[in-house]
Amino acid sequence: MRRARSLLASLLPGLVSAAGVTVYVILLMSVESQAGVVALLAAGVLAVLAAARFGAVARVARAFAEQENYLNLMVILAVLAVTGFFYEDHFVLLMVTTVIVYVIACLGLNLQFGYSGVLNFAGAAFFGIGCYTAAVLTMNTPVPHLVVLLAGGVMAAVIGSLLILPVLRTRSHYSAVVTIAFSLLFKIFLEVNDTLGGPQGLRVAGMNVLGWEFNDDIEIGEDFEAAFYVSYAVVGLILLVLAFALVRRLERSWIGLNMDAVRLDETAAACFGLSIVRWKITAFTLGNFLIGVAGAFYAMMIGFIAPTNFTFGDSLILVSIVLLGGMGNPWGLVVATVILIIVPEKLQAIQEYRFLLFAALVILILLFRPAGLLPRQLRTYLPGWQPR
Amino acid sequence: MSDAAQGLLVSHDLTKRFGGLLAVDSLELEARRGEILGLIGPNGSGKTTFFNVVTGIYPASAGRVLFDGEDITNLSPQAICRAGIARTFQRSRLSLSLSIFDNLMIGNHLRLNQGLWFNLVRRQAFEREFEENVARARELVKVFAPPLADRMFEAVTGFPMIDRRRIEICRALISRPKLLLLDEPSAGMTREEMTELMDDILEIKEHVEDLTIIIIEHEMGVIERVTNNCVVLNFGQKICEGTYQGVAADRLVQEAYLGIE
Repeated sequence: MRRARSLLASLLPGLVSAAGVTVYVILLMSVESQAGVVALLAAGVLAVLAAARFGAVARVARAFAEQENYLNLMVILAVLAVTGFFYEDHFVLLMVTTVIVYVIACLGLNLQFGYSGVLNFAGAAFFGIGCYTAAVLTMNTPVPHLVVLLAGGVMAAVIGSLLILPVLRTRSHYSAVVTIAFSLLFKIFLEVNDTLGGPQGLRVAGMNVLGWEFNDDIEIGEDFEAAFYVSYAVVGLILLVLAFALVRRLERSWIGLNMDAVRLDETAAACFGLSIVRWKITAFTLGNFLIGVAGAFYAMMIGFIAPTNFTFGDSLILVSIVLLGGMGNPWGLVVATVILIIVPEKLQAIQEYRFLLFAALVILILLFRPAGLLPRQLRTYLPGWQPR
Repeated sequence: MSDAAQGLLVSHDLTKRFGGLLAVDSLELEARRGEILGLIGPNGSGKTTFFNVVTGIYPASAGRVLFDGEDITNLSPQAICRAGIARTFQRSRLSLSLSIFDNLMIGNHLRLNQGLWFNLVRRQAFEREFEENVARARELVKVFAPPLADRMFEAVTGFPMIDRRRIEICRALISRPKLLLLDEPSAGMTREEMTELMDDILEIKEHVEDLTIIIIEHEMGVIERVTNNCVVLNFGQKICEGTYQGVAADRLVQEAYLGIE
């Protein structure tokens, strides 16, 4: 009894904040008028600032660190709650699923430069490789769609390995230049390549897993009908949980330590026997794999892809999410993606200027909060472990 | 060529050129098993370059380095670490945002299971290995830096210079090297800290059997107290060797250091 009570007490800050954020997101999604959106956003910013001022943010962070498993579950439930609340609303569900897809892709980027320091400015290109793989496979072959997801990831990883040599031979900023070049090359290649649809792009079949057709609306009984995006949101969430668990486990292992060591000081790391090449390749390949899986899933949901979806600008959005969230902190990515995807969608006034605003935001973050919105904490290896 | 007659680390005619600059010039050097060898000389005389060539950070321009009878010239830093050479750096190169434990585990890299499957899937086995290594690290820290043993999971940023130096030495020792290279361990320390550091070094020597140490130092007090033998470099060349007393009395050494004509 007492244990249950103390567990509840330590969970409480996390539960309250998760519930609060859920309600807030539902409100934000429901508001139609622009004045309402602005008011809600302002209220949200003020609430967070006030919470930080009175130490509530620190308590929430501690609760999440101490009771990780329960609160991870809470976050999953919160996403399901938002999905369930808007079960008929195509627009909101598309947004929720887009956020999920972006978080998966950014988890990949986070492996690359959040942990290992390998800058990758071709995120959208690897995402695009996943998309085009899905388009070709779903329209021309009977390959099962879960395998298509994997194939998207594998293709991105394989094509990424072409870049490995130049990336390994260069350090930090120079590897950025290599990936920028690749990103530009990729888009031009798509535009002139007629078998891949040229500038018009390709159609992609909707997802179908074991006869469950994702692009059909869900009908249960006579009078319950949910938008087909619910299926995508749920499967996307499952993919996200898997990707998140993978990245977390990697971080909390000797491999995660190696990646940190490579990022922080290559020369010292080499003197203790770490193979710089091995860990950079591991991070780059696994990261591209995750980005490719996200791309394949996104393509099947959207149903149509074209080269204009995969520009250098889109790569920059992915990079700014990681910077904004806090390099090396997976939860930071979630928060940053929600902000960068949902706010411009709801605030139509700024949609035209979104790239301008992203750029300004990145500059402000780098100036005033270089570790990001949710800075990474000290490394841990086992959740909840305390030194004896 | 018998092993006993030969030193643990021997360099023959070792040369490192940077463009027109001869940083290390035809150096013949020998560190005998179990001794503490001092490497001294004015700034820019090639001491650190010698360490960097031995540990594989720079390729040698000419000459050879033999370690334990094997030729290790121009091997990769990783291979040289595997052979049993560990080092510290002139300007402390700990990863400051990581904890003491993390830094020690970087030093312990070769003894940890680095398999992808082990690290990702076999978490129970990982947990065992983790606990074992926490114990190992704590044992080591308890001997060489006792006050830090209870603070192993704090970020290194929060510790003063002398503690950082100790952590760095522990990071080098945890891999159980045969040869330890210390690059100016007393840099940036006060008198008292320096005395503590010398005690530490002598204690390491006492605790770790068969360890050979080469130490670069500017502080003659340190050299006098801890080394068995010294080699003096000037402009990349060896100008003198012997015990500290012998070396300090040498005219060439006095010229190099004090500028006596």
